Amino acid sequence: MTRTSGLAARLRPAAEHAAVPEQRRQRAAPGLVSRYAADTAFMTFVALLMAFLYIPIWVLIAFSFSDSRSLTWPITGFSLQWYEKLFSNADLLKAIGNSFYVATLATALTLVVGVVAAIALHRFNFIGKTLFRRLVLLPITLPGIVTGISMLNLFKLIGFNLSLETVIFGHATALIGVVVTQVYARLQRLPKSLEEASSDLGASPLRTFFHVTLPNIRSAIIGAGLLAFVLSFDEIPVTFFLTGRDNTLPMYIYSTLRRGVTPEINAVGTLIVLMSLVLIVISVIATRDRTSR
Amino acid sequence: MTLDRRTLPGLIVLGIPLLWIVVFMLVPYGILMTYSFWVKSYPSFKPDFQFGNYILLFTDPQYVQVLWRTLKISLLVSLASFLLAYPFTYFLVFRCRWQAVRTWLYMAVIAPLWVSYLLRAYIWKTILGTEGILNSFLMSVGIISEPSDIFLYNQFAMVVTLTYIFIPFMVMPIYTALERIPPNLAEASSDLGVGPWQTFLRVTLPLSAPGIAAGFTLTFCLSFGDFIAPFLVGGPDGNLIASVIATQFGAALNWPLGSALSIVMLVIVLLIVSLSDRIEKSSRTGGT
Amino acid sequence: MAGIIELERVSKHYTKSIIGVDDVSLSIEDGEFVTLLGPSGCGKSTLLRMIGGFEQPTHGRIFLAGKDVTWEPPHRRDVNMVFQDYALFPHMTVGQNIAYGLKMLGVGRAERDAAVVEVLRLVGLPDKIDQMPHQLSGGQRQRIALARAIVRKPKVLLLDEPLSALDARMRDQMRMEMKHLHDKVGITFVMVTHDQEEALTMSDRVVVMESGRVAQDGRPQDIYDHPASPYVANFIGTTNFLPGGVVAADGGTAKVAVSGIELTALTDRPQRAGDVVTVGFRPEKLRVVPPEAACGNILSGRVSEVVYYGLGLRTALELDGGETIYVDSLLPDSLARSGLPPLGSRLAVAVEPHNVFVFPGGGAP
Repeated sequence: MTRTSGLAARLRPAAEHAAVPEQRRQRAAPGLVSRYAADTAFMTFVALLMAFLYIPIWVLIAFSFSDSRSLTWPITGFSLQWYEKLFSNADLLKAIGNSFYVATLATALTLVVGVVAAIALHRFNFIGKTLFRRLVLLPITLPGIVTGISMLNLFKLIGFNLSLETVIFGHATALIGVVVTQVYARLQRLPKSLEEASSDLGASPLRTFFHVTLPNIRSAIIGAGLLAFVLSFDEIPVTFFLTGRDNTLPMYIYSTLRRGVTPEINAVGTLIVLMSLVLIVISVIATRDRTSR
Repeated sequence: MTLDRRTLPGLIVLGIPLLWIVVFMLVPYGILMTYSFWVKSYPSFKPDFQFGNYILLFTDPQYVQVLWRTLKISLLVSLASFLLAYPFTYFLVFRCRWQAVRTWLYMAVIAPLWVSYLLRAYIWKTILGTEGILNSFLMSVGIISEPSDIFLYNQFAMVVTLTYIFIPFMVMPIYTALERIPPNLAEASSDLGVGPWQTFLRVTLPLSAPGIAAGFTLTFCLSFGDFIAPFLVGGPDGNLIASVIATQFGAALNWPLGSALSIVMLVIVLLIVSLSDRIEKSSRTGGT
Repeated sequence: MAGIIELERVSKHYTKSIIGVDDVSLSIEDGEFVTLLGPSGCGKSTLLRMIGGFEQPTHGRIFLAGKDVTWEPPHRRDVNMVFQDYALFPHMTVGQNIAYGLKMLGVGRAERDAAVVEVLRLVGLPDKIDQMPHQLSGGQRQRIALARAIVRKPKVLLLDEPLSALDARMRDQMRMEMKHLHDKVGITFVMVTHDQEEALTMSDRVVVMESGRVAQDGRPQDIYDHPASPYVANFIGTTNFLPGGVVAADGGTAKVAVSGIELTALTDRPQRAGDVVTVGFRPEKLRVVPPEAACGNILSGRVSEVVYYGLGLRTALELDGGETIYVDSLLPDSLARSGLPPLGSRLAVAVEPHNVFVFPGGGAP
């Protein structure tokens, strides 16, 4: 008897189900009106949050086309003069080149170390593994300034001259955590049996890695690499302490800001937003799993 | 001892990151630690072993004040990010009925991470300034008659700017945590006659605690070590620890004191991280 | 002659108290289809994985075709495994998946392609060569996993719960197909399952495992008809258990007092009068007889529940002595017409002496 009533309850249409015990319905299923009100409130909130996040970026872009030197609203006229200035500013162009150099090498370095560290965490059990994991992930939460200063101490102590190369090592250290989290998460989702099957079919551990593991974590590596690239490209605190005479782009902007703001910075900013947008699109396309299981 | 073919690849795989950690993290932290016990000796510094730097940090009102201010600002930033991020992610996971809208909105919040952090701080300088668009807007609407300087160069400006910069770090972990909650748990709870608010407080919120802890940890630690916002929008009494550290290693040339400050920062971050780890672990094992 | 696989006192101790496999010795002949059967946690999967080389025993040795392979990694063992989740490489086509093992052996391209085509024909999926694994159905993936393992012509094929991911209908079909495949390729199959029906229908030999040990090892019908312990009798098929005492014993027969009556049993082990025993018999071996029937070995009682399961009826019979036993009967036409036996009615059933199991000691599992 009880079984049939339970089954019947499950077969009953949802509306009827909700209508059964009177005093329960009032508390469990809020009326349509209040639900509608809640949805409206949520959507308004989301719209406001989006405005908070994106109005500033539009403001940044808008002022880059201003014909005035001061950043006063409303914009009085349209001009491309700040972009012209930008492309004739040799220091700025040099800084952009430096940033590409640093970001590319730092990404390559951090990917090698980070992927290897993720595999070590995934594959091996060893004494001090928890400490190892914490240390690898520490730079994610550790303010860049600590990484920057401690590495500055190291380089000074061993007599290394500060240069773009020291910045590269600094960035690679600060970004390992980003790579490890993403690659490790993907490795964890990879069934253990895939690597076992490869080994079972006669592949040595090295061949298993290149033929089976790597292709299956490739999109995670690409995604982590793109993010690391962007973060390195924009990095300030570590760069601040580890760079020599050469400036990266954010350091150049930083020093310009000391002298006062001009729409030229907005023009650079607009280009950076554009580049970020392109990289986001690439990352979305590249990390999409083609073989969705 | 001979290395056979089985252990060698393992040693290499473990060795590379281990070497990196030792050379670029542990040794530098060790040096930092050592310097923090040394003394300044203009224009450089000399070896010593004394706690003067630490004593100074915790007794000189100038530094104590900065430390408190930094803690306060970081906490406010975490709190503001949480208050903005939680309803948003809750909406995405439980209220949004279209998968595409959910994906786009999530991406929209995460995307700013990819846009230069310096620029995102810089924009607020131009928005909040006396000639900025907030003043222009308020004047054109007629709320104020002449430009006000109350918006920029204060702690409010820092909190707004840092919240704006770090909010993705609150959204990501909370979203992951909420997504993991099976929707039928909330249904079961409401089926048992529990109201939506009670369901939220007793089921959803506790189950998302690990995400909240991670979000607080990230936003707190990142704001705690920031020196761009104080530089751009902080104003005269807006110094945070990181700016003081930068000064010690720059103009003030007091590396030992700067090192001591960095160690304090490192310790605080480590404490927070292990606290958050504990919260996550206890909520996973069903403890309180 | 030694078997193709020899396990010599193999144990796997995780800690002092947690023991996965406990002192198992086993010899598997070339060409046999052997099933390791048991509930989850009985050590059957661990044993299979040790044969495959994915885990190492803490004690004992493993021989493959006379060679000690205890410490050889999987890629240096001439055995192949069909994984529970199939473990098809998601980034490779079906053809590439199957060719993978041959490539690792250093087989040339032309020969590889020919072998792939041949093995795909063998498993009945010749047209799937260029598909990706995620485009296949569960049953098809299962066959590709089989093909990928047998294409290397290993000495032994290991199957880890190979049918557990399939739905019931597909499972029935694959059982027969795998048995036929075994006959065709002549490779030794060692399968792990917790499904007794799978074990009985597919294998030449069943090894029943209990908490890391071998509980019984024999042909399916021997295990079913002569279970070595109440555990085996209960795990394979259903068994009614009644506590009893031996009244008289004479060579292969014994008279046992149970539930207020005496049952005659043909026993595998000699019994002694006065022994405390547990008597078992299977519900489907019971025959409904008229209450006044003159033959021996009759149990009678009241019908307390009747469950209809399509193929027949399962009747719960509350014996006069107080215990409840189950009686399975195929549904004859006459009964279908006359309806189910009414609850509370009296019923008598008889059991043949050779269908009565006598286990030493009291206490059913």
